[in-house]
Amino acid sequence: MTGSGLVRILGALGRFCIQGVHAMGDGAVLTMRALGHTLRRPWQGRHVVLQLHALGVGSLAIIVVTGAFTGMVLALQGYYTLAKFGSESLLGAGVALSIIRELGPVLGAFMVIGRAGSAITAEIGIMRVTEQLDALRMMAVNPLARILLPRILATMIALPLLVAVFDVVGIAAGYLVGVDLLGVNAGAYVAEMTAKISNHDLNGGWVKALVFGFLIGAICTFMGYRAEPTTEGVARATTRAVVVASVSVLVMDYILTSFFL
Amino acid sequence: MQSYQRIEIVVGLFVLIGLACAGWMAARLGQVGGLGASGYELKAVFDDIGGVRVGSDVMMAGVVIGRVDDVRLDEDSKAIALLRIDDGVRISEDAFASVRTKGIIGDRYIRITQGVEDSYLADGDEIEETESALNIEDLVSKYIFSGKE
Amino acid sequence: MIRGEQLSKVFGEVQAVRPLDIHIPPRAVTAIMGGSGSGKTTLLRLLAGLERPTTGHVWFAGEDLTAISERRLFALREQMGMVFQYSALLNSLNVYDNVAFPLHEHTDLPERVIRRMVAMKLEQVGLRGFEHLMPSELSGGMAKRVAFARAMAMDPAVVFFDEPTSGLDPISAGVITELIRDTADTVQMTAVVVTHDVAAGLAIADHVILMWQGEVIARGTPAEIRASDDARVRQFIEGRPDGPIPFSRSTTPYAQSLLEEA
Repeated sequence: MTGSGLVRILGALGRFCIQGVHAMGDGAVLTMRALGHTLRRPWQGRHVVLQLHALGVGSLAIIVVTGAFTGMVLALQGYYTLAKFGSESLLGAGVALSIIRELGPVLGAFMVIGRAGSAITAEIGIMRVTEQLDALRMMAVNPLARILLPRILATMIALPLLVAVFDVVGIAAGYLVGVDLLGVNAGAYVAEMTAKISNHDLNGGWVKALVFGFLIGAICTFMGYRAEPTTEGVARATTRAVVVASVSVLVMDYILTSFFL
Repeated sequence: MQSYQRIEIVVGLFVLIGLACAGWMAARLGQVGGLGASGYELKAVFDDIGGVRVGSDVMMAGVVIGRVDDVRLDEDSKAIALLRIDDGVRISEDAFASVRTKGIIGDRYIRITQGVEDSYLADGDEIEETESALNIEDLVSKYIFSGKE
Repeated sequence: MIRGEQLSKVFGEVQAVRPLDIHIPPRAVTAIMGGSGSGKTTLLRLLAGLERPTTGHVWFAGEDLTAISERRLFALREQMGMVFQYSALLNSLNVYDNVAFPLHEHTDLPERVIRRMVAMKLEQVGLRGFEHLMPSELSGGMAKRVAFARAMAMDPAVVFFDEPTSGLDPISAGVITELIRDTADTVQMTAVVVTHDVAAGLAIADHVILMWQGEVIARGTPAEIRASDDARVRQFIEGRPDGPIPFSRSTTPYAQSLLEEA
């Protein structure tokens, strides 16, 4: 009896892995097919702009708020740590480096997943349930080119821009807390910051933002497109999209940081 | 169609803000060359540069007046540092460069002590007088041995 | 106009449509009728090229929908229209933009021409003046009518209707049936109507195909179907709960499963 229980667990594990690999392959193929329409007529520029508005501009407020608080808390925590070594002057460098290399791209990606990614999945899932995707196909409009592609491109364009805003707001907020509240010397703060940050750090941040943007767009559109066409199916797909996209961002963050940056 | 034009404007604004933020960081923090390659260059040779590296500060009287552009080894196994000094900062010919540490375990930087002569160094000149990094282990061992004698 | 050859569709382990031959004659209304789960909607989606058949071919205007490229299929779709069961209006667009959608996508007509064409289509379904409403503000019957106008926007050769009357009150259902019949007569379109509404199906169709469990059990004119002495057909059009199509869908004898449990 215990033997068969073990066998069943093994079977479930195997099935889970096979399904996971299958979904990854399916998603990759779907994304590539959608991206294949980038330079093909009909040109989707107008819909990319519409999606940039919905996803990018729509996420701006939350990015500013999270950026500000991230910078502020980093300054507080960093001051506490650095003060123990008498190196408060390094606060600017610490705050800016953490934000530019790591927290800007990752937290920015999380905010976009929560604000825009879940909306993408839910919207496409609902279009599947209500047969709007089929209606598009019957009207000779390819949903991959019309619905999926603009959203993937929009997240890819929007995330680096949002991360840039996040970085600047975070650094400014860190400066306010560090210099005005905690009394770190303003000159030292700025001087250390400009001295310690190189183009290499900045480029790493941009690469991360671009890759994360692509991941979010690809995963969230895929989850919506392949959602089970029921209301529960869409709800489940939305939850799964947020979880899978967040985990993928963290895994990819580690890979990018360790291999390339 | 009116509303689409408004959306276009908003999106344009959004892209502009993002690019402005990115540009500000690149210009302010990223040491983008070309535009910002101002100042003049001085050379200094040290016996031991103690871990000063590209980007380290150059300070005079505790004020940052430039940064280290390049560090390399010359034929006599000495360290050559190229220092980029801000325009408007004049360094006399008998000035003195030393490798110092901020705090006990802080960053290494190059301190320049102003001399007394009235003639000043120009682009490409060398600071003749240098003092190498203080090595704590050397100091400690020196102290111990001198105590024994 | 459309011909299905040895068409079948399997979903997982369910045989939704068993291999069957079907012919949709041009410029006529063909009703595919049957109970829920009889495979009629799947058959419609096969004929429209929305679903790829497990076996067989679909011939549309001399071309095999199962063999042509996606690009060619999309080109052929400009001659097709479809009214979906839940209307499937694009919910980000208002009524005007929904009806104008195929025109915006596939023509370069100036906006004022499109506006006039949309007004004509909406007049046809009795909804002119409702252009600015969003799909969420429409009743089920109105949404169906907008969907009808949208399907007709490109003056297609073939229009597919998936359960056009389901979920509608009797008046709205009557309006839709009338619209299908009138339009078919006036513009000579080919219509394929999938429905489980016996009265509506027999009233509007020139040809009727009756399905049960993925198979065609009868075909003919409405008069022939009404006069059929096939017991399964009689049961369906008279709406009796039990008969040759059994009330119980269980495949094992009841007594046996009770005994097994004990």
